[in-house]
Amino acid sequence: MRIRSRPFPRRTDTTRRRLLQGALAGGAACAVTGMLPAWARDARVAGNAALAGTAPLAFELAIGEERLDIAGGQARALTINGGVPGPLLEWQQGREVILDVTNHLDVPTSIHWHGILLPYQMDGVPWLSFPGIAPGETFRYRFPVVQSGTYWYHSHSGLQEQSGVYGPLVVHPREADPVQVDRDYVVFLSDWTFDDPHHVLSRLKKMSDYYNFQQFTLTDLYAVEKMGSAEAWATKLAWDRMRMMPTDIADVTGAAYTYLMNGLHPAGNWTGLFAPGERVRLRFINGSAMSFFNVRIPGLPMTVVAADGQDVVPVETDEFQIGVAETYDVVVEPGDAEAYTVMAESMDRSGYAAGTLATRPGLTAPVPALRERPLLSMVDMGMDMAGHGGHGGHDGSHGSHAGHDRSGGDGGGHAGHGGHDGMAMGGMAQAGPVVARHGDDHHGPGNVSVAEVQRDRLGERGTGLADAPHRVLVYRDLRRFAEDFDERPPSREIELHLTGHMERYMWSFDGKQFHEVDGPIAFHYGERLRLILVNDTMMNHPIHLHGMWMELENGHGSRIPRKHTINVMPGARVSALINADAPGLWAFHCHLLYHMEMGMFRVVRVAPEETA
Amino acid sequence: MSAPATACVLGALALLTVLDGAAYDPAGTPDDWPSPMPHMHYGMLLGDRLETRFADGADAYVWDVQGWYGSGRRRAWMKSEGEGEMGSSPENAEVQLLYSQLFAPFWDWQVGVRHDFSPNPELTHAVIGVQGVAPYEFEVDSALFVNEYGDVTARIEAEYNLNITQRLVLQPRVELNAAFSDVREVGLGSGLTASELGLRLRYQVAREFAPYIGVSWERLHGETRDIARRAGERASSTAFVAGVRLWF
Repeated sequence: MRIRSRPFPRRTDTTRRRLLQGALAGGAACAVTGMLPAWARDARVAGNAALAGTAPLAFELAIGEERLDIAGGQARALTINGGVPGPLLEWQQGREVILDVTNHLDVPTSIHWHGILLPYQMDGVPWLSFPGIAPGETFRYRFPVVQSGTYWYHSHSGLQEQSGVYGPLVVHPREADPVQVDRDYVVFLSDWTFDDPHHVLSRLKKMSDYYNFQQFTLTDLYAVEKMGSAEAWATKLAWDRMRMMPTDIADVTGAAYTYLMNGLHPAGNWTGLFAPGERVRLRFINGSAMSFFNVRIPGLPMTVVAADGQDVVPVETDEFQIGVAETYDVVVEPGDAEAYTVMAESMDRSGYAAGTLATRPGLTAPVPALRERPLLSMVDMGMDMAGHGGHGGHDGSHGSHAGHDRSGGDGGGHAGHGGHDGMAMGGMAQAGPVVARHGDDHHGPGNVSVAEVQRDRLGERGTGLADAPHRVLVYRDLRRFAEDFDERPPSREIELHLTGHMERYMWSFDGKQFHEVDGPIAFHYGERLRLILVNDTMMNHPIHLHGMWMELENGHGSRIPRKHTINVMPGARVSALINADAPGLWAFHCHLLYHMEMGMFRVVRVAPEETA
Repeated sequence: MSAPATACVLGALALLTVLDGAAYDPAGTPDDWPSPMPHMHYGMLLGDRLETRFADGADAYVWDVQGWYGSGRRRAWMKSEGEGEMGSSPENAEVQLLYSQLFAPFWDWQVGVRHDFSPNPELTHAVIGVQGVAPYEFEVDSALFVNEYGDVTARIEAEYNLNITQRLVLQPRVELNAAFSDVREVGLGSGLTASELGLRLRYQVAREFAPYIGVSWERLHGETRDIARRAGERASSTAFVAGVRLWF
């Protein structure tokens, strides 16, 4: 079965939506295969109203390979129901869903429901949850939906995700949504390459800076007006001495990628329509393989209302960085202008995705220029800067917990703290406090560096945003909306270090690639535990736990937010509380696709303690 | 290929297989399920210097090719270098086959064999070496060679890549050779035997393909220099070079 229809309508189609609603409302189980799930959709009205009834919601997804127009060119892509991204799936909290996924490829495939709590056999990780979906076969996923919010789904087989096997997923709450809006859009960000992803990975393995065309050069060193060449040389030599690059922000860059917003490259200009005075919900989903984005809408403040699908206490900001696999829901209230640019700049500033919020189709607003590429700092390196002016804060003992000793709320509000431009010191001005020091175990030859001092960076802005002259969301701004905190203290702590070797392109936990570890991480069924993550590397790693929430200990007590993916900044120590309430085998990994593939992957086994 | 060389390659590949092939048991999946995250091997072939040298009418060709296959930690390596006058067979030609293991974050130890196909007589050496990246990003390749007569020689090469722009790279390179005893068969005297200093400017048309121009200063030293002079050969030369660096 090949479905030729496009997965996403590119504009609101009211008639179509009415038809769809009618079909959905009338039938007990409804198949949305090949339908064009309406784009401009009010979550509350079009969602729950359209999903009336209590019977299971049924969907058919067909994974195939076909040639299509994408990113301004033509390519063979892996598609779901004929498109990239796949269709917008809308579920309802409390209902059962039935998803028949058919594999039209000549290799096995799978779909993983990212962030969804479900029985582990339905989680979609080949050879962990199930054997995968063989060519020609259909696998039926069936499970009750216990949560609500904005999520996504993607293949968990090899590198298929990079080739297009991903799509948005919205679960409407059973009760009234606390976020009331007039319009509701998904903004799905992804990175497309016309290269074979296996070639991309192979090149990284041979030359890890293959795609980095923003490296330090002699030209920079003599750009005196920026920095002064003496300081520039000192900085270059400091990094060279450590055999690392301060420009190593993204492994795969705009040199290979075209960044897409709802499947469209910037010239395609995805447009979300609004009428003046309306409240518009934008559900940002970062479905990229490797790319973080800085998201802003010049001229329009954004009120963040949910993170990783979970409602948060609304917090207003002007920009946020979204890690791979994270989602943020924001509400905007467009003002007098007819058009606003939705700007999603790649974290390394090598490219961007962009679209427009407009009062009518065809309008555009100015697209801001890409800002100067960021550089990593001593803080990212995890270096002790005691000799650099006493930024140490308080030095906790090894084992103290990030976030515990801070009442929080001090992170995101302050803007413009001086144009501190120096590379070596960049970012130090707002560096979080040192909360622990690294032990003697440097994780073996497969790991290049360790965070000698580990900082609580939850109040810090994302890489490259320290000097943005406006508000920037930080993790410490996130407060859980629901009053459902489990007051049990954690009975146990598990500490894992994010490690790697850029030049060899090996990525790992505790210095061991997945094939080198001897078994799963054991969670005892029923326990509440604390997971501590320390990033010894120089890169941001979005760490994803399947099947269970990670409650990010960002200092807000019973209001700490639930996340399925936590970005751990370089040199950071973060902790999360986890209820090990989902028996089975779960993947736990860095969601940078090539990092996962190169070993930054573990299995978590949740089982009763006596057999674990 | 000589018997020891063949044995070395097969041994290295067997080691790679044994050391990297461990199955993972996630404790709970059926026994016949494979690992949920397969471990893959990669390989690379690099022509670091494929060049012509222009010096005093006696133009020469030079190759310096390396390749590896394996994982991040354990690799089989092949290294070959040699040179000769244009239009004639190589004066020097060697191939090394090595097993390589990461022992420190930026360093591999390597063991294997080297065979010199020229000059005559052909010699086979055992090789033990260290290859890696030194602080300040110097790429270093060093090795001790013991030939079948027990003669010990050593070589160290270091390269540095200075980005002038994102595509234009200046590469200084130094190579030192030494002998721990006289190896009369091939005209080596004890001590520092030969050195080369090179400076190459390459333009990366693509990462994989970079034509370059440069200059190379070669010198013989000590007893080796005297042997060469007695044989009527030159003890030093300066050459302009043009070539290509490529990999795939």
